Amino acid sequence: MTDTVPRAETDEAGALPEDVILRVNHLVKEFPINRGVFFKKQVGAVHAVSGVSFQVKRGETVGLVGESGCGKSTTARSILRLLEPTSGEVWFQGQSEDGTVDAPVDVAGADREILRNLRRELQIVFQDPYASLNPRMTVASIVAEPMTVHDIGTQADRLERVKHLLQIVGLSPEHTNRYPHEFSGGQRQRIGVARALALNPQFMVLDEPVSALDVSIQAQVLNLMQDLQDEFGLTYLFIAHDLSVVRHISDRVAVMYLGKIVEMTDRDALYDRPMHPYTHALLSAVPIPDPSIESTRKRIILEGDIPSPSSPPPGCRFNTRCPKAEAGKCDVEEPPLSELEPGHWVACHFPEVVQVV
Amino acid sequence: MAEHLLDVEDLRTYFSTEEGVVKAVDGVSFKVKAGERRGVVGESGCGKSVTAMSIMRLIEPPAGEIVTGTIQFDGRDLLKLSEAEMQDVRGGEIAMIFQDPMTALNPVYTIGDQLIETILLHQDVSKSEARNIAITALDDVQIPYAKNRMEDYPHQFSGGMRQRVMIAMGLSCEPKLLIADEPTTALDVTTQAQIMSLMLDLAEERNTAVLLITHDLGVVAGFCDTIQVMYAGTIVERGTGDEIFYNPQHPYTWGLLGSMTRLDESQQDRLNSVRGAPPSLIAPPRGCRFGPRCDFATDICREALPILHQSQEGQKVACHRASELDLKSLTVGVSS
Repeated sequence: MTDTVPRAETDEAGALPEDVILRVNHLVKEFPINRGVFFKKQVGAVHAVSGVSFQVKRGETVGLVGESGCGKSTTARSILRLLEPTSGEVWFQGQSEDGTVDAPVDVAGADREILRNLRRELQIVFQDPYASLNPRMTVASIVAEPMTVHDIGTQADRLERVKHLLQIVGLSPEHTNRYPHEFSGGQRQRIGVARALALNPQFMVLDEPVSALDVSIQAQVLNLMQDLQDEFGLTYLFIAHDLSVVRHISDRVAVMYLGKIVEMTDRDALYDRPMHPYTHALLSAVPIPDPSIESTRKRIILEGDIPSPSSPPPGCRFNTRCPKAEAGKCDVEEPPLSELEPGHWVACHFPEVVQVV
Repeated sequence: MAEHLLDVEDLRTYFSTEEGVVKAVDGVSFKVKAGERRGVVGESGCGKSVTAMSIMRLIEPPAGEIVTGTIQFDGRDLLKLSEAEMQDVRGGEIAMIFQDPMTALNPVYTIGDQLIETILLHQDVSKSEARNIAITALDDVQIPYAKNRMEDYPHQFSGGMRQRVMIAMGLSCEPKLLIADEPTTALDVTTQAQIMSLMLDLAEERNTAVLLITHDLGVVAGFCDTIQVMYAGTIVERGTGDEIFYNPQHPYTWGLLGSMTRLDESQQDRLNSVRGAPPSLIAPPRGCRFGPRCDFATDICREALPILHQSQEGQKVACHRASELDLKSLTVGVSS
């Protein structure tokens, strides 16, 4: 078996368990590398996401972690079709207001009209609160824009809703006529959250929503995200490189390396009983704000740098840096993502529980 | 020979802008011993980088100006040196590593040229000797095939490798003090671990004092002997790592620690965030600068600026109410 799909999690389409809101099957995203100015010829591809499969249950928070270039943001953007996936399926199973579960829709295969309706349910908050808000628009028009685009309510209704949304995210409703530059980073991120909430979505991608913020402001925004989830029953896909933030907010966590999920399980299982050597190294590298713990901790220092995604190594993609790699096995045969303990998926030929935190 | 390698006294660095004078550093005093590793922590705009830039005299008039203060380094006041004398200090006795290793290296010169230039500037050696020193320096920071990589340009190095080159450059002239301004903020966490362990080994081996400027309390915990916490241009608390982490006396330090998510803690409760946002440094609030965000502020806090004084617990703290507050016993409390 060479594919890395958690089999138990990917039954045939149409047979999604009721509590699943999103199922991603074999998602692939490749960016072509072209040569030539007039006669463009594809000479290669950046394999940003290479067959990612996972599912998200309604109301939970799934954390997607990994280092820069591992494909976590590309995965999220391909799920929302902000990037066109090369192949794969993204089944979204929404819920009507009366609580009945709708028929699943494949976001990756949806046509324009269906996609437009799906956009109401699937929203995103971006990392950079400076770049994601149009500096020439007022807060009112930024937050109202999703409603304008989907032609919801009159202008007066929309303004009412904007004021309500601003209040929900902890801003003053009097701020509607201000421009983004009048706000601090944390406040801007709240505006971005208000905009994402405008259409009452069911599923939200949070793409590094607190990475650009100072720690005291970061805590405020994390608290807000948790309050909103409780209040509106939101489901989050939380993308971050900060593993301590992910531990704080997630129910389940998937670790990505070079375009693939290498380990996915419940939050505490991942941090307390990690099995993949990359997860070990990643967790051991995160500093803990506690001098006596830090003085006794052993770090697993990885050799070298992450390989280029345009020519990923054969076999296990981590084999070039893995302290446990065996020649003839790891550099030849790709390890499948297998369920080694109930709900604990690992893609490694030599998995082993190591306590590193 | 003075007892302390670095002795900063009442440093004030102001910037004039269209909106008014920004008091970026406003009365900062501290001392660093030879070989000591000091962490300077605080959030954006608290003045930690400007403090470092002031020590290096990299504040450019007319925009910025060191208004008052003395910076005694190894028995000399850096603020009284001529520009030529200061150039010998920079990169020679005090080296600095910046956050962004891409912009800190010149893209059109090879790594080797840039290292050799620094060495020739500060040491009385021939060009071929300088080349050998440079290769050794790259070897010391564990760059493989150092000899061949001398001919490479910065873009041929990854972010972590570039930061290694910066460390090699910084340490090539054996400085007494290394100022590292957010050296790992732009790097991934596994690369950060590589760089921090390298810096720790090299600094210990050569007894180099380090001023580590960072917003990341986790990085400080494993690296520094002593820590100073800055807020709105002032030092609010200073002590050993244990004092700051296990027994913070200033409500800001306490709030900062409560704001942090921890890798080793499985709690999904709300974080003890600090409410509000840092004040404007053009018109800082009257009294304690943290007062408007502090849950323990009283009348005195709104009237008088607290000065850094010795607390009963050992560390120095700038808080009127430090002796009566028992922050340790408060696990929850501050609302967002």
